[in-house]
Amino acid sequence: MSEKKKTFKNPISLQIDPRLFEKAGDEEKAQQVTMRESVSFMKDAMRRLRKNNIAMISLVVIIVIALIAFIVPEFYPYTYTKQDVSAQNLAPFQYSAKEQAKLDRGQKVFPHIMGTDALGRDYAIRVIYGTRISLLVGIFSALIVIVIGIIYGSISGYFGGMVDMVMMRIVDIIYSLPDVLIVILLSVAIKDWVASSKSSLVARLGAGMVSIFIVFGLLYWVSMARQVRGQILSIKEQEYVLASKAIGASPARIIRKHMIPNCISVIIIIAAMQIPSAIFTESFLSFLGLGVSIPMPSLGSLASDARTGLRSYPYQLLFPALAIFLIVLAFNLLGNGLRDAFDPKLRS
Amino acid sequence: MNAKFLTYTIKRLLMALLTIFLVIAITFFVMHAIPASPFSSEKAKSDAVIAALEAKYGFDKPVTVQFFNYLKNILHGDFGLSTGWVGNTVIELILGGFKYSARIGFTAGILALVLGVFLGSVAALRRGKTLDKIIQVVTTALVSMPSFVMATILLLVFSLKLGWLPSMGNQPGGLILPIISLSLYPMAYTTRLQRSSMLDVLGQDYIRTARAKGVKNSKVIFKHALKNTLTPVITYAGPMMAYILTGSMVVENIFSVPGLGRLFTNSMLRTDYMMIMGVTIFLATMIILMNFIGDVLYKVVDPRIDLS
Repeated sequence: MSEKKKTFKNPISLQIDPRLFEKAGDEEKAQQVTMRESVSFMKDAMRRLRKNNIAMISLVVIIVIALIAFIVPEFYPYTYTKQDVSAQNLAPFQYSAKEQAKLDRGQKVFPHIMGTDALGRDYAIRVIYGTRISLLVGIFSALIVIVIGIIYGSISGYFGGMVDMVMMRIVDIIYSLPDVLIVILLSVAIKDWVASSKSSLVARLGAGMVSIFIVFGLLYWVSMARQVRGQILSIKEQEYVLASKAIGASPARIIRKHMIPNCISVIIIIAAMQIPSAIFTESFLSFLGLGVSIPMPSLGSLASDARTGLRSYPYQLLFPALAIFLIVLAFNLLGNGLRDAFDPKLRS
Repeated sequence: MNAKFLTYTIKRLLMALLTIFLVIAITFFVMHAIPASPFSSEKAKSDAVIAALEAKYGFDKPVTVQFFNYLKNILHGDFGLSTGWVGNTVIELILGGFKYSARIGFTAGILALVLGVFLGSVAALRRGKTLDKIIQVVTTALVSMPSFVMATILLLVFSLKLGWLPSMGNQPGGLILPIISLSLYPMAYTTRLQRSSMLDVLGQDYIRTARAKGVKNSKVIFKHALKNTLTPVITYAGPMMAYILTGSMVVENIFSVPGLGRLFTNSMLRTDYMMIMGVTIFLATMIILMNFIGDVLYKVVDPRIDLS
């Protein structure tokens, strides 16, 4: 009794009584040995994604399409603008009279794999260029959505209270605006502006593209912002964030180092879902004649142009239609795979 | 529940009205930011004629004054005069086109919901079987196809190649293809929604209880499960409306249906700003109201959902 009183004068004292400790036995030591390397969330998700055959095939399809779209035009013998009056509306692998004569003389002529269009332009290269536009639109819109959505959502979620309320009301309103109508409206308005614009980049991209990017920047980030905010709200309550705050980390550092890495699954899933919907919107606008400027082809405008000769040259519709279908399907399936791999709620 | 529900409905309605107001404002100011006057694109007119026309259509006043005038007129159902179809008011043209679009859109929507709920439930009940797999593959393919691709391929196959159905909307039976092309995507989407919702409900305890009690299988599905699976489908009503209305722009052009969508694309070609504004506001209002109805219905059918 008296001895105990002496050692524990103050219950909060940090003085350690060595007699209370004993050496660890072999059995206890064995428990501390790491049997298997700890698997991070990212590694775990990637492993699940690799096991998903459909998602992996989609990924390969996307990579192959991207390689074709970005590399083939570099060494392809035809360009998307070059017209040949003698080679109008050729069927796939058909040669015009002039080309046939060349072949007969023993010269080599690169075949029109997908035929030619009404102006005698090689159709394959136009479809490839259209594919390139679609991919660019998808990737850039995903980037826009990621950047704006993350910044907006994390600020709203981190600060909470009044800031959060006001920011989320704005999101609610934007969310309920009919986006496609606004895209069309802006395209109509920007078309005039682009026509008079001196900037060559804007003129090359065309009214539809510029307005698509503007509208994605203005409207499409809201679902990303909502999800990121929700995620941040729950992460904010975690002990490690409190610890980080106690050490004196700035809000920017906490958001960057602790919160965004923990939102990564939500970000990946939503960005993957964003890409096909952006490609859809672009092709829709191009089909209405609001997309890229002539002579730049887009899968939507190619399909629209094909309507005039639909009865005689159905392949002019089928090639761009097939291309857009493949791209959107592959992105959709990959998106589903990513969702299954990254959504912790579905983990079994 | 009732007082809470009422406040929710009113709040949601105010939100919808605010959104409609915003759409009107955005539409108005975007269209007025265009440098060109609607009359400048036409063939040579003297400045005096243009000035007279602008005065007639009220384009010579300050923008804010014009905006409030426009707003006041809209509340009276007056969307102004069309400059592309001279002699017609915008609202006349809109209502004239809406007659066709509503018929196509309504039929397509109902078709999509009924077929989607049916196919989705069948797929869920046959989970993992061949039928389920076929339904899954087909719907995955359908949601990856833009409406214009679907419509042109249907046109090519069923009217140009096979000759079974007319290619123009004004011929007898001419609305069948536009209706099918508009309904396929929402149908596929509803099927997927319904499938996962049905699977979710079938795993619930009360279904197991019902089965354990010896309730007949058909009764379990129709009485216990089906009603509860419909909530996600109801919330899809708003987005579906948006899809059908915007999709009709493409589909009506392909099949030459004189509906609202074709009117809209034509007014873009004729740079008829009053029409573009009128149709945008009209379509947006329809979409926003449908979203509102969908949200309120959602709370009606599932009272468990927190209203705060």
